[in-house]
Amino acid sequence: MKPPHSPRWLNLFSFASPMQFYPLAGRLIPLFMALAILLCAAGFWIGFAIAPGDAQQGEGYRIIFLHVPTSWMAMFIYVVMAFWSVMHLILRTRLSAMMAQALAPTGALMAFLSLFTGALWGKPMWGTWWVWDARLTSMLLLFFLYLGFIALTRSIDEPDRADKAGSVLAIVGVFNVPVIYFSVKWWNTLHQGASISMEKGSSMASTMLVAMLLMSLAAWMYSIASCLSRVRTLILQREGYTRWVKERIAQGEK
Amino acid sequence: MSSAHFFATIIRRDLLLAWQQRGDLLVGVVFFVLVACLFPLAIGPEPKLLARIGPGVLWVAAILANLLALPRLFNNDWQDGSLEQLLITPTPASVMVAGKLTAHWLTTGVPLTLIAPLLGIQYGLENDTLLTLIASLLLGTPTLSALGSIGAALTLGVRQGEMLLALLVLPLYAPVLIFGSGAVAAVAGGLSGMAELSLLAAILCATLFLAPWLAAMAVKLAVE
Repeated sequence: MKPPHSPRWLNLFSFASPMQFYPLAGRLIPLFMALAILLCAAGFWIGFAIAPGDAQQGEGYRIIFLHVPTSWMAMFIYVVMAFWSVMHLILRTRLSAMMAQALAPTGALMAFLSLFTGALWGKPMWGTWWVWDARLTSMLLLFFLYLGFIALTRSIDEPDRADKAGSVLAIVGVFNVPVIYFSVKWWNTLHQGASISMEKGSSMASTMLVAMLLMSLAAWMYSIASCLSRVRTLILQREGYTRWVKERIAQGEK
Repeated sequence: MSSAHFFATIIRRDLLLAWQQRGDLLVGVVFFVLVACLFPLAIGPEPKLLARIGPGVLWVAAILANLLALPRLFNNDWQDGSLEQLLITPTPASVMVAGKLTAHWLTTGVPLTLIAPLLGIQYGLENDTLLTLIASLLLGTPTLSALGSIGAALTLGVRQGEMLLALLVLPLYAPVLIFGSGAVAAVAGGLSGMAELSLLAAILCATLFLAPWLAAMAVKLAVE
C-alpha cells in the first residue's frame, strides 16, 4: 500500500527513526560545534577585552559570562529532557528517550559548572563559597535530580525499561523543579532575610549583555552538538544488531 | 469488583500483611525516635537551641524513616509474584497503587505522627507548636509516601536499588521538608503557619492526583 501523499521535506517524523536520524545528526554536529566555537570566541573577546569592568565588582564579575549561560542551560535542558520524555511516553518513539538520556550528562555538567563558577564568584564578592540562598540550593537539588536520572537509566539493563523509567522520572522532576525553587525561596525569605540579591541585570552595560547572550548561544550550540554526538553513540549501542549499522561499519563509515 | 471496592480490599490486604510482620513497622518508629534522640547528644542539651532545631530535626528524621520503609512498598509482592497477579485484575493499576500507598501511609506516616508529639515535648516545643507539628506531619507524610511510591516502583529490582532510591527521592522530598518544618518554625516564631500548611495541602493534592498514575506505569515496567 502506498503511504498517503506527503512531501519528503515535510515529514519530520521520518527522523524519529534512528536509522534516518543517525546520518542527519552526523551532518549537524560539525555545524553546531563550529557555531559554538565561533560564538564562544566572540563572546570571550567582547566579554574579556571590550566590556568595561563593573562599577562595584571590578574585574571579578567577568565570570558571569560563564556562570549565567551555564545556569540557564542547566534549567533549560531539564525542560527539554522532560519534553522528550513526554514524547516518548505518548508517541512511543525510541529516539525521544535516547535524546532525553543524551541530554542528561550535558545538563548535569551545566549544573555543576554553574555551581562551581558561582562558588568561585561568591568567594571574592560575598566572602563565602556557599550560602543557602534560594538559587544556589535549588540549583544543587537540580544537579541531584540530573544525577538521579543518569544513575537510574544507567543501572537498568533492558533499554526499553530504562527509557520508560527515565521518562517517568524526568516528568516527576519537571513538576518538582518549580516547586523546589519556590519552596527554597520562601524558606529563605522567611527565616534568614535575603541579604544577597543577584538581580542586577538592569544596570548592565550593553556590551556585557551582548557578551552574555553570545556566550549563552555558544552554550546552547555546544549542548546541541554534545547531545547529538551522544545520541549517535546510543543509537549504535542499541541498534548494533541491525543490518544498517552493520553495513555502515562494513563500509568503514563513522 | 468496583474500583472503590478493589481499593478497600488492597488496603485491607496490605494492612493485614503489615500486621503479620509487626516487627517491620516498629523498625521505622524506633529509627525515627533514635535519630531524634541523637541530635541532643551531638549538639548539646541547651533548651533554647533544642526548641529552635526541634521541628527541623523531627522532620528530617521522619523523612529518613519514610525512606527506610519505602522498599517494602512493592518489593515483597514483586518477589513472590503477587504484584503480577494484582496487575492482571481488570481494575486500573493506578487504583492498586493508590491502595498500596494508602496502606503504606497508614503503617508508616500515621505512627510517626502519633509518636512525634512525645519527641516534640522532649525538644521543649510549646502546645500550639506541637499541634502544628502534628498537622504538618499529617499533611506531609502522605505526600512522602506518594512521591516515594514512584521512586520505589522505578527502582524495583534494579542494581543497588536502595541507594538509588535515596538519590531519586530525597531531592523530590525537599519542598515537603521545607514547608513542613517551616510551618512549625513559623508558629514557634509567633506567625500563623497557615501559609505553609496550605502549600503542603496543595502539594498533597497535586501528588495524589499524579503519583498513582506514574507509579503504576513504573510498576508495570518492573513486572514486564
